[in-house]
Amino acid sequence: MNEHVIPPRLYVAIWAALVVLTLLTTGIAYVDLGLFNPIVALTIAVCKATLVVLFFMHVYYRTRLTWVFIAAGVLWLGLLIGFVLTDALSRGWILTPAPWTTAV
Amino acid sequence: MSESAIALAHQFEDLEQQHRAGWLGMWIFLATEVMFFGGMFAGYALYRTLYPAAFAEGSRQLEIAWGATNTLVLICSSLTMAMAVHQAEVGRRGRLIGYLVGTMALGVMFLGIKGIEYAHKFEHHLVPGSGFEFPAPFARNAQIFFSFYFAMTGMHALHMLVGLGLLTALLIRAWQNEFTPGHHAAVEITGLYWHFVDIVWIFLFPLLYLIERHR
Repeated sequence: MNEHVIPPRLYVAIWAALVVLTLLTTGIAYVDLGLFNPIVALTIAVCKATLVVLFFMHVYYRTRLTWVFIAAGVLWLGLLIGFVLTDALSRGWILTPAPWTTAV
Repeated sequence: MSESAIALAHQFEDLEQQHRAGWLGMWIFLATEVMFFGGMFAGYALYRTLYPAAFAEGSRQLEIAWGATNTLVLICSSLTMAMAVHQAEVGRRGRLIGYLVGTMALGVMFLGIKGIEYAHKFEHHLVPGSGFEFPAPFARNAQIFFSFYFAMTGMHALHMLVGLGLLTALLIRAWQNEFTPGHHAAVEITGLYWHFVDIVWIFLFPLLYLIERHR
């Protein structure tokens, strides 16, 4: 299937990038960025996942039809998490989690 | 009957079509896996939003060194898996077997480290249930964090075990010299699954281990 043999040195380069990003995300967790700590951590994780998908999983070199399934997965995950949080955050639950915080 | 005729299932025109169908089939399965893990990630997002302080306090009980080491172990296993697919593509059986064994060794190492961490949680009464102990005021809410911790890492570890089983099957087939440069779809498609499990951990590591470490 449209064979395109990827040179092993590219895999090693991707691996090196993943190692660097892992060390970066671990180090940056100790820096106080306020609200941006989880955002930076998730951005780095998305970058790492993208590298794995494009190169280790060969998506960059293969049929574009694959993108339909990847997009479907990402879209539905976004809908799930997005609507769960929109619902929860718009109900005023956040300020009154009384049953769980008062009891010990 | 030629070798390729044996490898070709009757419903396909040729090996390339069969390979492409298998490839897309695995991606459809992985999309359902995104939904499967997605339920836990959505629950995690909701409860972390509700109880941020308890989640941060729970996260600090995890050993960041073990989590980071395991992340690196899995990244290395993804490299060896990618190299195994490459060796299958170019038809080097010996190196294919070597890289498959290497990937499995790294997978076992990951599970070993996970086992050490789990044992540590049992010793320190951090397993949700009647034996759970945690300083006030987070005694109850931290239990939610550890429920997510065990559900998510446990389900991930289960996927690792399935991956090791699939790699064992590949190893046997590689040993029997079943894979040739035009006929190595199983290696590539199993690789997709292995890399997916790696990606799940890439998200679990910052979400579970790296909450508010700066305080």
